[in-house]
Amino acid sequence: MKKTKSEKNLIEFGDDIVKQIGKGKGPVITLPVRALSNVTFDKKSRTLVLGNKEAQRIFFNVAHAKKFLQTAEVASVIKKELLGSGKHEHLRGIFYMTKRTIPGTKVNLVDDQVESDKAIEDLEVITGLSREQLHVSANKMGSMVGNLVVEDNKDTIDCSKLGRGGYSIPSITDELIFKKVNAKYVLYMEKASTFERLVEDKFWSKNNAIIVTSQGQTTRGIRRLLQRLYEEKNLPIYVLVDNDPWGVYIYSVIRYGSIALAHASERLTIPGVKFLGISCDDIVKYDLKKHLIKFTDQDAVRLKQIAEYEWFKDNKDWQRQFKMMKENNAKVEIQALSAKGISFISDTYLPTKIKNKEFLD
Amino acid sequence: MVKTKAEELALEQREISVAAFFEKNRHLLGFDNPLRALSTTVKELVDNSLDACEEMKVLPEIKVEVRQVNENRFVVSVQDNGPGIVKEQIPKVFAKLLYGSKFFRMQQGRGQQGIGVSASVLYGQLTTGKPAKIISKIGKGKPAHYYELRIDIHKNEPEIVKDDIVNFELDHGTRVEIELEGKYQKGRQSVEEYLKQAAIANPHLNLIYVSPLKEKINFPRVVNNLPKEPKAIKPHPYGVEIGVLLRMSKGTKAKTIQSFFEKEFSRVSNNVAKEICDKAKVDLKLDPKEINHDQAEALINAIKNTKISSPPLNCLSPIGEEALLKGLQKEIKADFYAAVTRRPSVYRGFPFQVEAAVCFGGELSTNNEELVRVIRFANKVPLQYQQSACAITRSVINTSWRNYGLSQSKSALPSGPVVILVHIASVWVPFTSEAKEAIAHYPEIIKEIKLALQEVGRKIGGYIRKTVKAREQAERANLFEKYIPELSSALSNLTNEKKNKIEEGLNKILKKSMKDILAGVDKEIVEEVKNKVSPVKEEAKKSKKEVQAKLK
Repeated sequence: MKKTKSEKNLIEFGDDIVKQIGKGKGPVITLPVRALSNVTFDKKSRTLVLGNKEAQRIFFNVAHAKKFLQTAEVASVIKKELLGSGKHEHLRGIFYMTKRTIPGTKVNLVDDQVESDKAIEDLEVITGLSREQLHVSANKMGSMVGNLVVEDNKDTIDCSKLGRGGYSIPSITDELIFKKVNAKYVLYMEKASTFERLVEDKFWSKNNAIIVTSQGQTTRGIRRLLQRLYEEKNLPIYVLVDNDPWGVYIYSVIRYGSIALAHASERLTIPGVKFLGISCDDIVKYDLKKHLIKFTDQDAVRLKQIAEYEWFKDNKDWQRQFKMMKENNAKVEIQALSAKGISFISDTYLPTKIKNKEFLD
Repeated sequence: MVKTKAEELALEQREISVAAFFEKNRHLLGFDNPLRALSTTVKELVDNSLDACEEMKVLPEIKVEVRQVNENRFVVSVQDNGPGIVKEQIPKVFAKLLYGSKFFRMQQGRGQQGIGVSASVLYGQLTTGKPAKIISKIGKGKPAHYYELRIDIHKNEPEIVKDDIVNFELDHGTRVEIELEGKYQKGRQSVEEYLKQAAIANPHLNLIYVSPLKEKINFPRVVNNLPKEPKAIKPHPYGVEIGVLLRMSKGTKAKTIQSFFEKEFSRVSNNVAKEICDKAKVDLKLDPKEINHDQAEALINAIKNTKISSPPLNCLSPIGEEALLKGLQKEIKADFYAAVTRRPSVYRGFPFQVEAAVCFGGELSTNNEELVRVIRFANKVPLQYQQSACAITRSVINTSWRNYGLSQSKSALPSGPVVILVHIASVWVPFTSEAKEAIAHYPEIIKEIKLALQEVGRKIGGYIRKTVKAREQAERANLFEKYIPELSSALSNLTNEKKNKIEEGLNKILKKSMKDILAGVDKEIVEEVKNKVSPVKEEAKKSKKEVQAKLK
């Protein structure tokens, strides 16, 4: 059977260690440091990328030995159980596949899922393979509705005929095949309740849009899906979030990447994504002042931090937004638009914004 | 004629004999429950035997037997090779409370008041009605007298039930048999435990014990010479209270108050006696029998304000470091022992001396997490009860054992596989009660105990550090040995290289560079660790969490 790229990379990782042992050297794994100290904003690609600081993991060192073993064990399990059979496993499953007590000791190979998760992230940077390429999935938390047909695990799904729930976006979206896409843009929103509003109002069909939401953080799967729609199908991506620092950060991650996943920026970031709302100008224009919710101390601190991010620092439009946000010292949620009428968002707000290209870059 | 109430009451008012008093207050003497009564009886008899043998300067050979008669009735018999007791004294020694040779002596000894043995006799009599049986012989060719004795509770006088002459196996010695109500149980406060501790503090003792279960236990002698004989001393003025002073002044043969002080007290010279009298404004030539209460009070105050040198300290008889170690080694199988005998010191005019010892590991290692055991001794007698009320326990708690590698919670005993032993020797041990189970909290005594504990603490600390380091190194080596097969099979799965070949290679490297590996943490790790906790990363982590929290 022909070996896939993922298998080859894992074998290469193992071979390197075996070679060191053969030479009588205590085995060492060298890997980039995955910490803020080694994350920089690359001005050219305008994304967060990993620097070139490297750390060594030494097997014959009490402090490293267990981590070393965990990394090797996870690699072995993935190669043997997943890549060999073409199956996928959840992070939690990997944890259980590696969890056991080392014979003759009271030590567990992994005590907590965090440890196997870390080992997988390490393998990503060591082998240059993404978690998805290693056939490891995470919780899926998101839905999609729109005029598109995808093929997933050999099933064909028409995302326009899935009722109120929509298509449940899988954890790994690399292998989705876009059979037919007939949409003008993709609208991503942080609130599932807004998504439900738009589905009920048939917004996506009236405006020929694909709408996507996630419950919580934007998962890797969704980020990858948005990136693919942007790159492969040339669709504009609009982001709809609350008017507060946390909303801005969701946009920021989709666009520039995050520290934790800086090593995967290339596969996840979307430089052309547009911030649709809610902007501070919207608050004035749609008279949302009376729906302001006062900032907590944390909100204010976070705003200050975000305003100082390298990629926002020299952006006049954004600095103007941050200044207004600071003056308001309060936030506005997307749902505040319902005060103007239950379908105000579908009938007026979104179509107007998109028609007038009222975006922030 | 009608009697007044006071006259009526007067008919009921009478002298209470000590025996009658202790009948009602048996707890004061350590007979509060059947379990304790049994061990107290053994204790009183053994203590007496030891004192007797030491006075005669013979190495003690003691036989103890506890026989069960029925469910809650026992016969305790203790036999020693001491000097014996002359015939006329036998009834008084065993069947009259507060009769003894030791009360008026300022000398270190096990018994002090002369209650112990007769209290046991009284207790046996009260609970079973049976008399105590005594055999005593004072020398070769002399008859062995056999007595059966009871105490007349109202008069506190012996009542002779039987007086006979019998055969006795030894040339000299005493055998006492008391039947009493009791309860037999193993454990911390058992007869066995008492004997075991007595054997530790008296390594010159050879003792054979036969338990109610007919087990025969030997506590062998490991030291072949007697401890230094304690010397009797005269009282020191600093330790004298007004009542004692008045009593002594009535009983003295001295003709003047000045010579009274000189003769009856230690460390009082002619000049010091004069200084005391002058300060008290008492005539030097006064007959001591004539002094009144006010003068006595003035004298006591004068004593407090007069500089008098410390009492002679050579009167004490400690166990000694070497004997302590030997005693511990034979009764407790540990990995490490340390003992220290402090120099004598003084509280309230009474000389006293503190000894401390520790043992660590070995058979104690089964209770690594438990609190340490403290075994306490006063004048070589184990103290088994009232641990928490004792100055020794307080001192152990107040010593910071963490400095010496043991874990210890606040206001608690330390924990670990350790036994801590403390012994106080004194001409007058200040007990909190007549049951003689807890030592009073005199600051001078607590200070000395703490100093002794710190000294043994330092010794044990050094040992613990060494063993802990060695253990950590062994654990490290062990860790890699266990990890190697795991890593080998993982790598074998990854690469198709044979598992045992990888394992062999790794084992070779481990063996070769064992020293460096065991030495510990490399520099690189330190750097990596530093990176991990950079404040900015923390901030980023926090904000990520907050986003999640918000969206939920």
